[in-house]
Formats: sequence, C-alpha cells, structure tokens
Amino acid sequence: MSDHFTRFYGVQKPSLEGYVRIFCFTRPLLRECHRQTMPKALCIRQLTKTYKNGLEALKGIDLDVEPGDFFALLGPNGAGKSTTISIIASLVNKSGGSVSIFGHDLDRDLYAAKRCLGLVPQEFNFNTFEPVQEILVNQAGYYGIPRKEAWKRAEKYLVELGLWEKRKDMARMLSGGMKRRLMIARALVHEPRLLILDEPTAGVDIEIRRSMWQFLKDINQQGCTIILTTHYLEEAETLCRNIAIIDHGRIIENTTMKGLLGQLNTETFVLDLTRPLVHLPDLTGHRLRWVDELTLEADVDRDVSLNRLFVDLNREGIQVRSMRNKTNRLEQLFMHMVDRGRAK
Amino acid sequence: MTNAHSNWIAFKTIIIKEVLRFSRIWIQTILPPMITMGLYFVIFGGLIGARIGEMDGIRYMDFIIPGLIMMAVITNAYANVVSSFYSSKFQRHLEEMLVSPVPNYLIILGFMGGGICRGLAVGVAVTLVSLFFSPLSIHNPAVALSVVVLTAALFSLAGLINGVFARSFDDISIIPTFILTPLTYLGGVFYSITLLPEFWQGVSMFNPILYMVNAFRYGFLGVTDFSLWLSYGIIIGFILALYGIALYLLNKGIGIRQ
Ligand SMILES: Nc1ncnc2c1ncn2[C@@H]1O[C@H](COP(=O)(O)OP(=O)(O)OP(=O)(O)O)[C@@H](O)[C@H]1O
Ligand SMILES: [Mg+2]
Repeated sequence: MSDHFTRFYGVQKPSLEGYVRIFCFTRPLLRECHRQTMPKALCIRQLTKTYKNGLEALKGIDLDVEPGDFFALLGPNGAGKSTTISIIASLVNKSGGSVSIFGHDLDRDLYAAKRCLGLVPQEFNFNTFEPVQEILVNQAGYYGIPRKEAWKRAEKYLVELGLWEKRKDMARMLSGGMKRRLMIARALVHEPRLLILDEPTAGVDIEIRRSMWQFLKDINQQGCTIILTTHYLEEAETLCRNIAIIDHGRIIENTTMKGLLGQLNTETFVLDLTRPLVHLPDLTGHRLRWVDELTLEADVDRDVSLNRLFVDLNREGIQVRSMRNKTNRLEQLFMHMVDRGRAK
Repeated sequence: MTNAHSNWIAFKTIIIKEVLRFSRIWIQTILPPMITMGLYFVIFGGLIGARIGEMDGIRYMDFIIPGLIMMAVITNAYANVVSSFYSSKFQRHLEEMLVSPVPNYLIILGFMGGGICRGLAVGVAVTLVSLFFSPLSIHNPAVALSVVVLTAALFSLAGLINGVFARSFDDISIIPTFILTPLTYLGGVFYSITLLPEFWQGVSMFNPILYMVNAFRYGFLGVTDFSLWLSYGIIIGFILALYGIALYLLNKGIGIRQ
C-alpha cells in the first residue's frame, strides 16, 4: 500500500503508539532546546578586573546562572566575590570580558540589564540620615515607578521584611540586622528578575536569619533568580541548588549542590559517650580517634553504614549518648577544594 | 512605560530627595544665610550705608540688597550640591542611583535642580529679611527670576564638579573659601565698579560673578553697568561648559567607579 505519507516521507505512516513515542522522545529535546535558547539569568565570560593599584582581583571568570536558580557564590575573604558582583551591578568598571543579565549585555544594553537586577551589597550604602520608607520610595523612583505606586511597594516590602514599625525612623537608628533587611527591601522595590545578595545574613541573629531564608525561598519560588554569597556554608546548603567556588579571582568549582556534596568521601562524627573510657578500643575496619575519656571521633567512609560502627562499639561495651558531625559537610569540602585549588 | 516617562519620574525623585534633605536640616541650610545677610543689612546697609549715601544714584541699602541676595544664592547652590554629592559618594548611597537605570545626565540635572531649589529657597528667605530694611521693588521680575535661576544652576554644576573631585570633607570648602568668596566680594556686591581705577575695572571684567550680580540688580532696580545680553551670554556659556565637564566626568566614572 502506498499512500501519500509513505510516498512523501519514504517510511510507513506511524501508528498512534508511534506518535506517542515520537512525542515522548522529542519533548525533553524540545525542552532542552528551549532552555538553551532562553537567555541565562546571568552570563559571564572571561571577566577580568585589575584595580588601579595593580591588584588583579579577577583573572578570567566564566559563570552561568539559569533563570529561576538559587545560586551560591562562595569563596574565602578577598576571593573576588564582591568585585564580581560590583561589576555585574556596574558599580565597578571591568577590565575585560563580558557580562549579560537576561540576555542584556552590560556594554550594549546597560539600562535594560539594570532593570533586571536588584542588589543587596555587602556594606551598608544607604543614606543614614534618611527615613527608612523614603529610602525605598526614592529607589523605586529611580526605576521610574510613580510616587504613589512607590509608596505602596515600599509598604509591601517593609511589611514583608518586618520593618514597617520602623518606617519613619532614620536609617541610622536601625540595628545591624534591620539595616540588612532594609537593603533587601530596597533591592526588591522594582521587582527585579535577578536578585544578588552579598552576605545578606552577616550579623543577623538566628531567628531572623531563618525567616530571611524562608523569605528568599519564597521569592525564588515565585520566579526570582537569586545569587547569594555567604560565609555560612549551612546557609548555602539549605538554600542553593547550584554553587560556584571562587578563589584568588578564579572559579575553582562550579557544580550542583548535590553533586558537590556527593564528592564527600568521608564524614567525621563526634561521639559523646555515657561512661568514661580507659583506653581506645581497637576496632578493626574503623578509624577512631581518642579526644578525651568521654569523647571519640570516627571517620566513616561514605559506603560504610553507621550501623556497623554501632554494632562494633556495642560489642566493646561502649555506649554512645549522642553523635554529631564534626564540621558542616560542606565546610569540609570547601576547605578541601580551596586547598586543592591553591596547590594547583 | 516609556523611557522618557521613567526618566521624568527619576528626575523628580532626585529633586524631591534633595529638597527634603536640605529642608530637614533647615537650621544648617536656610537659617544661617538669613542671619548673615541680616547682619550685612544692619551693618553695611544701615550703619555704614547711612554715611556712604548713594551708589550709582541709588540708596546704598537698596544697592547692596540684590547683590547680597545673589551672594547667598551662589554660596548656597554651590554648597548644597557639593556637600550632597560628596556625602552621597562618601556614604556610598550614590550607589543607589548608580545601580539603577538613571542616566548620568539625569543625575547631573537632578543634583542641579536640587541646588537651584536651595538657592531659590535661600534667596526668598534673604529677600524676606531684606523687607525689614527696605520695601521690595522689582523693576523686571522676569529678569530677576531668570538670572537667579541660571546663576543657581551654574554654581550647582560647579559644586557637582567639586564634589566629584573631592576626596575629603576639607576638599569641599577649598573652592568656596579661596575662589567663590573673593570673586563674590569683588563682583560688585558692595560697590559699583565705576568706583574702581581703570586698571581694576578691566580686571573685574574677567569676574563672571560681576555680570550675574549686575543683571540681577537690573531686575530689581533697573540699572546695570553692562548689557543684559552679555550677562545672559556669559552665564549660559558657563552653564553649558560646566555641564559638559560634569557629564564627561560622570561618564568616565571619575571619583565614583573604580
Ligand atoms: N577598591 C579596591 N581597590 C583595590 N583593591 C581592591 C578594591 N576592592 C577590593 N580589592 C581587592 O580585590 C580582592 C577581592 O576583593 P573582594 O572584595 O572582591 O573579595 P570578596 O571575595 O568579596 O571577600 P570577602 O569575603 O571578604 O567579602 C581583594 O584582594 C581586595 O583587597
Ligand atoms: Mg565581599
């Protein structure tokens, strides 16, 4: 039988099941194509920066952040995180390379790029002699938001960040943690698609930090792409899906949070014992260290189950009262990567 | 929302912010020139002026009032912008504008607008003080107003350029002390330059403030030593030049972007 379809395509007309198969096969491809063509929230290529004093702060950075991502930019003090962020926010001139925000190149399409970006800088940079709400209203005004609407937006974000009570106070009268939240509110009044926070939780108490985390998670869920730097690795672990580590002006690691944690081969646990121990038991197959008579440390490989350790401890009559990770898992990896990067 | 509309809102925002700034600290910004100029009126206009008699055929008090108002406008427009711009650079809240899509020319116009408002506010305040000493008579309000606005614009721009270069709070008082004040005192505020020997009259011609004071005095009293057009030409020429310099500096990021 030679119908129109067969003559044209040179193959048999597929059955319904065949169509479903084709659909199922091509859908992820199409989605991937779409993802590839959709502009990145942030795209940095070969970014370099040499300060006037000759210091080479960035030595060729490449970085991609997908729309909707929650991204951590980590690195030790002086690594170049704030320099990178300041260049993105056009507060510092780059020496070379390119930056684009949602497809808007900073050199060609600066104002469109700026409209997409909200910045929470590392250091306080508001007028301390200005009332809190006016700071937000003015910031909205710089983005062309009419004053009436600006007052409404200011109210919305001041309420959300728990600063409504303080709206009439001069900014200098806020506490450190409130000042940080003020900067977050200020960065959001023009409702940016990309929010960059440079150490937003430095000096913020635990309770507020957790509520800030929730807040950031919520706005990320609503579609805002977030890039965050922090020295609290627990924070990055809780919030972020992707991560880049920067040191001495170079990206030394750029991966998913899961992938990164997967690289962790050994974890160190601290065991608190119920009864003092006279000598370190010799448990073959386990790496135990004596800390004091009530505390042991155990290095446990990833593929070894903890049950085995406990069974063996039990056999020696050692009772464990409680157990905790010696360091945050990410911290351990972070130190390892920075050391490795420096050795290279 | 069009760009023009958005820019217009941003421009208004900067002006409102600047006006609120100096209004909040009116004790430091509006009151001092009222007191200083009040003292000038009492001492020079009242006490000494009574002995001087007339200047250019005008009662000495009436002669110095426009000049003193102008002097207050000049210093305050300049001071407003230099201190506001410098402190926003120093406290880093200039970054609020630098991250936002406000073009550099609007930053300049915004600060300039703020300086003009301060100049006008002080001008009106000092004029009110002068009413205690002499009834107000304005020969040509359009000239008086346009000259005072343009002069305030000129010195606002100058203040902005000073603010761009300033690296410390000392730097913002050098120009006012060593250039602005002498030029104003020698700019015919207290005397008609026809009193000067010929040589010094010639030298005075190079003092731009002389033309501003003269044109402003014309607006009040209807007398001037020069043609009005020359005065306008000089003021506008300076404004364009200073605006160009300010724009160049901001575009280059001098003093504001590393
Ligand atoms: N204005 C400047 N002039 C000269 N050097 C600078 C300037 N700002 C930063 N640097 C240098 O650039 C390097 C990177 O600094 P940057 O602030 O980007 O680090 P960071 O990763 O943000 O560190 P931290 O975690 O401490 O905030 C540092 O060596 C710093 O001394
Ligand atoms: Mg930093």
